[in-house]
Amino acid sequence: MIRAIDLHKRFGELIVLRGVSFEVARGEVVAVIGPSGSGKSTLLRCLIHLETIERGAIEIQGRPLVSTDAHGHCHYQPDAEIRQLCGRMGMVFQHFNLFPHLTVLQNLIEAPVTVKGLSRDAVLPLAEELLRKVGLFDKRDSYPSRLSGGQKQRVAIARALAMQPDILLFDEPTSALDPELTGEVLRTMRALAEEHMTMVVVTHEMGFAREVASRVVFMDGGQVVEAGTPQQLFGAPQQPRTRAFLANLL
Amino acid sequence: MSYLLDILSPLLQGTLVTLQVFLLTMLLAVPLGLGLALLRLSRRAWLGRLVSGYVWLMRGTPLMLQMLFIYFALPFVPVIGIRLPDFPAAILAFTLNYAAYFAEIFRAGIQSVDRGQYEASKVLGLSYVQTMRRIVLPQMVKRILPPMSNETITLIKDTSLIYVLAMNDLLRAARGIVQRDFTTSPFVVAAAFYLLMTLVLTWAFQRMEKKVAVYD
Repeated sequence: MIRAIDLHKRFGELIVLRGVSFEVARGEVVAVIGPSGSGKSTLLRCLIHLETIERGAIEIQGRPLVSTDAHGHCHYQPDAEIRQLCGRMGMVFQHFNLFPHLTVLQNLIEAPVTVKGLSRDAVLPLAEELLRKVGLFDKRDSYPSRLSGGQKQRVAIARALAMQPDILLFDEPTSALDPELTGEVLRTMRALAEEHMTMVVVTHEMGFAREVASRVVFMDGGQVVEAGTPQQLFGAPQQPRTRAFLANLL
Repeated sequence: MSYLLDILSPLLQGTLVTLQVFLLTMLLAVPLGLGLALLRLSRRAWLGRLVSGYVWLMRGTPLMLQMLFIYFALPFVPVIGIRLPDFPAAILAFTLNYAAYFAEIFRAGIQSVDRGQYEASKVLGLSYVQTMRRIVLPQMVKRILPPMSNETITLIKDTSLIYVLAMNDLLRAARGIVQRDFTTSPFVVAAAFYLLMTLVLTWAFQRMEKKVAVYD
């Protein structure tokens, strides 16, 4: 579904990605873990074109989003192609980024109507079904400001799903939540995983990574240090940096 | 009492001129100001600088001077020189001037919208225009209402500047009567009219603020 090869990215002097390669297969749930500043969020943002890379290549469902020629020059596809490729992905943010001036239901309907040109009536059944799925149907006419953090994040997930993406990216979806509210969001994500939604989850929730992810990627210093099944990575980490990181959590 | 009724008619006519200038200026300066704000925030830096220069010019010189320039000096400017009658000249000056102030208010309003809103719009597939129209500008409205209320109240009183083009707005009408009849009561009536107009404006803005407060 996604293939990233040798991604390089810097913010000014700061090198955030130094040759990250990364692959996601259909139906996989990939958890990306690592210390703050390891580049995991930047990696995610590069995949969906919120950031641009300086070198490397990204393919979405076999089609190139960006590639680098023999001279090291990076070429992005034309805007229309970028939009189409990224349109197959949805993203859930740490800070939800719901549209505050729209109700819950309007948040879900906005993009399908505006972007896909569907009628409100055509989108309504899916939107309502998604709200039932995340357990917030009764909040459909509330504004986001009336919701708790966990509810907001579940609306954000439903909003992303309303565009019917093939891949869902999560950027630390529970990091901004009070501890007692993370459970409801993780349960929603777990339910998605059980439906074989392809997911890439940047997270600090080791429990989620261990139990739900089909593969775990450990990043540090802008590189993928180690990747494997949760059993391998948590049970028998090979790299000293992975061991140190995991040891620190306990 | 009957004297008050006598002077009411010219004062009402003056009010009509005042309202015309006010409404036309609002109608033209709001969209122009919005356009300027968007240009100012455009990725093309030279466009932003151009707008900054424009705002500096318009805020940095007196509105009265701008009006006098458009009416008296514009006809002699090469290429664009046109002679405008007094009313269009006044409207043009007010629009150009107020658009600069509005542009700054709109710019601040647009910039106060969180970057996350743009990112969420982008990953959902919204184009720049769609993001602006559907997501950013509606949120901007809420934040610009208080400063816009200020600015519109100032505008209604600024309209009295058109007397320099010998137009009979409310204040000039009142002054005419004062000078004719040697009584200051027309000033009191004019003040009451201004107060009434600002009261309506204040009320209208309060209503709008309440309307957008639903998503607080």
